[in-house]
Amino acid sequence: MEDDSVFYTDRSGRITSNPLLDELPSYQSLLYRRKQPIAGTKRRKESRGRSSLSGSGKWSVSTVNRIEERQKSQMEQRAIRELPISMAEKRRHKEQRLGEHQGLSSWGQWRQNTRRSLKRLRDDAREIFSSMKLWRRDIHQIEGMFGTGILSYFSFLRFLVALNLIIFLLMFSLVMLPIIVAPHASGNVTYNQRDGGNCSIYPSTARRGLVNFHQHISDLLSGEGFLEQTLLFYGYYKVDKIHFPKVNSTYNLALAYLLATVAYLLLSLFWIVKRSATGFKRHLVQDEDRFQSFCNKIFAGWDCCISNENAAKLKRSSLLYELKTDLEEERIKQKIAERTRKDKCRIYFLRAVLNLFVIGVLAACFYGIYVATNLSQEAEISKTKVNFITDLIYEYLPSIVITLANFITPLLFSVIINYEDYSPAFEIRFTLMRCVFMRLTSIGVLLFSLWSKITYCGKDKSCGCGYNHELYSCWETRVGQEMYKLTIFDFIIIAAVTLFVEFPRKLIVKYSQCGLAKWWGQQEFAIPQNVLEIVYGQTICWIGTFFCPMLPAICTIKYFFIFYIKKVSLIKNCRPATRPFRASSSHFFFLVVLLIGLFLASLPIAVSLAQISCSKACGPFVNYTTSWEVLPVTVSQMPEGAKKLLFALSSEAFAVSFFVVTCLAMFYVIALAGAHKRVINQLREQLATEGRDKRFLIQKLCQAQNNQPVKRSKFQPRSPRSPSSPSYHTSFSSNVSESVFLAHSPPKSSTNV
Amino acid sequence: MGNKQTTFTEEQLEAYQVALHGRYRELAPHLVPLDYTNNPDIRVPLSLIVTMPELKENPFRDRIVETFSEDGQGNMSFNDFVDMFSALCETSPRELKTIYAFKIYDYNRDNFICKEDLQKTLNKLTKGELTPEEVTLVCDKAIEEADLDADNKLSFADFENMISKAPDFLSNFHIRI
Repeated sequence: MEDDSVFYTDRSGRITSNPLLDELPSYQSLLYRRKQPIAGTKRRKESRGRSSLSGSGKWSVSTVNRIEERQKSQMEQRAIRELPISMAEKRRHKEQRLGEHQGLSSWGQWRQNTRRSLKRLRDDAREIFSSMKLWRRDIHQIEGMFGTGILSYFSFLRFLVALNLIIFLLMFSLVMLPIIVAPHASGNVTYNQRDGGNCSIYPSTARRGLVNFHQHISDLLSGEGFLEQTLLFYGYYKVDKIHFPKVNSTYNLALAYLLATVAYLLLSLFWIVKRSATGFKRHLVQDEDRFQSFCNKIFAGWDCCISNENAAKLKRSSLLYELKTDLEEERIKQKIAERTRKDKCRIYFLRAVLNLFVIGVLAACFYGIYVATNLSQEAEISKTKVNFITDLIYEYLPSIVITLANFITPLLFSVIINYEDYSPAFEIRFTLMRCVFMRLTSIGVLLFSLWSKITYCGKDKSCGCGYNHELYSCWETRVGQEMYKLTIFDFIIIAAVTLFVEFPRKLIVKYSQCGLAKWWGQQEFAIPQNVLEIVYGQTICWIGTFFCPMLPAICTIKYFFIFYIKKVSLIKNCRPATRPFRASSSHFFFLVVLLIGLFLASLPIAVSLAQISCSKACGPFVNYTTSWEVLPVTVSQMPEGAKKLLFALSSEAFAVSFFVVTCLAMFYVIALAGAHKRVINQLREQLATEGRDKRFLIQKLCQAQNNQPVKRSKFQPRSPRSPSSPSYHTSFSSNVSESVFLAHSPPKSSTNV
Repeated sequence: MGNKQTTFTEEQLEAYQVALHGRYRELAPHLVPLDYTNNPDIRVPLSLIVTMPELKENPFRDRIVETFSEDGQGNMSFNDFVDMFSALCETSPRELKTIYAFKIYDYNRDNFICKEDLQKTLNKLTKGELTPEEVTLVCDKAIEEADLDADNKLSFADFENMISKAPDFLSNFHIRI
């Protein structure tokens, strides 16, 4: 078989295209990029022979040679596995390389050997690491049955499990471990003693006397009672410093707590950004060009991993649906372009009205959450017990209202968007953005209403201790309890919806014959909504970890169970969405939403740390006004040199100059990107014109050829080519007898290629 | 992307062969010998290879097998078999996949993906569910998107350029075995 495997050959082994094209330097370099060095030398001789015969001048030979040399050195390190040749060729190539290898000096050999063994070590390590990944087989199974779109949801879930585990380990090692280890390492623990009078009263919440069983359950679900004064919540960490006499050093727990909080936020940020880097690059490239929907669907649309007949049928129908949607979009674009001014005015007016309506709905939801929070807090404070269920409902009132709002609003948004007359792709994105906003802001509203209660001490009265110490002797624990309740309730809702809505739905659709069941249809796994659900849970976790250090562990366990619940529900109940969600952009979309959640989570923490005075009755920051104050106090106790450095770093001069330098760097990068874009456009135009030039020249050459009398008739073309061959591609047909063998007749024309 | 080894070791070649030989043999146990030490020239026909679960549901299975077979008719020797799964595996580099994808989609093997090739591809994908006007429209749009040198068909350069911007290509164009 011929060496050139990019282009097909006929039986005799010759490449069946115009030999003139073969001599073009661009074609030679294309061949070389795919060729082995050994065959390259053979090729060089052939091409040299041909070009000398055609007499096209020495410069072409030398340029070809130069290009070949350059590419040969690039080719040397290319892996055999990556060459598009058959197995027999690969084996020959390997032997040839071994032969070359023997010829090197001992230093060269040793270098090659170490390089090779290092690469193999790295590959093996990567192999082992990827085989140890959690849930590999489950995710493989899901991919086979449902394709890569849903796969991305589950690998996102796996990422969150890992993230929460790392955050928990961080908090544990920095905050909990010293406290637990202190008695065993004979550490001397100094507790916070602040004699602030009323401010430091913290009534014990342990239940006394005979406690009902359901009281324990209610405590477990709401984080009160026996759970309140445990490691679970902020209030337990009343330690200021731990002194270890064995190593003669003091561990400042207050500082550690603060730094751990900042650290886990930064860690999450870096990890998410790193993970989204590849997706972002691809997203930019994709957005740069015209959206290549049709080519992408035809050539890269079929998911080759599918091995299940049903899944294949579904994939086919979803591809069909996508193509039809795209055709529809083209038609809509046409329609939009034809809109009259009157139509435009009507549509803009309608959109404005609907947006106002949406804002109104959101405001109503937020007000509902605010009222629910107030009611819940008042019920807790008044401590009147009606009965078990009503108490529990009052406890969970904010969670219930948030969940209801998050259930109704997406339905409402998807109905409203139909009237706003956008293109289908934009509709999906806009609805999603609205839902994201709704979900993440509802947590913010809850926290805001909590804070307004905490810092409200009565009309026209300023708070004595900086917060309302009568109602909230330890307000951080109370906020932690709210976050804990939200997490638990979220998990219960997900499990309950799966059990009590999806399974019955499947049973009804499967066994009932009535038209209503058929219309309702089988459950679809709606990826965007599910992703929003887990991002919501993760945002709560981020906010809550400061107030409830064990929350990441709880979230890890929660996501662990959610994986299995969702997987079972998917396999048993669902069919893939008829509106497919593309894997490529979906990965990027998930991480963007997660980043939004992270930013929205860091706002409340920043406010709690810096603005609101910390409790004086509990927690590690009793001796300070606000939690942030630990840092300046510690810095002032540091040695002179370090103190001077830190002051310089935080001074205005440094900040301003840093800001200026960052701005300059950003402007530079933006300018560079603009220049690259312009170069790319120019190159693209150049490519197009080169192609046209080539065609033109070939046609001219063929014309000139046919106009001359041919002297040596040994390889005369049997059928003379018509001078004006209309279609370009017929000259490259695989019919050998018709192609022009330019190599064997000296060209008189001066257009050398 | 892709492993950057310079050679196969003997052990790795063995490992590949042992793992895939079982799969190759179970396609045609009467044809394929257990003993491959003397490199027998056995070729499993196309009709048996496309019954593999990994290929069964793929609309391009015939073209894939034909592309990787030496004789171009789809009868694969064991070497071709290993080659196919190696080129289509997850860690295979993008350039390699692009080259083979071009060959797979080029039905008439003229080194260009012309409109007829595109129409055949589309019909295989959708199993004839689109109307002929829709098929023509989609093919026109696809050529319009990808054709750079305005010759109304896709050369390898056009194809490569288009695939490099296709976001789903790498994640979809691989077979797990």
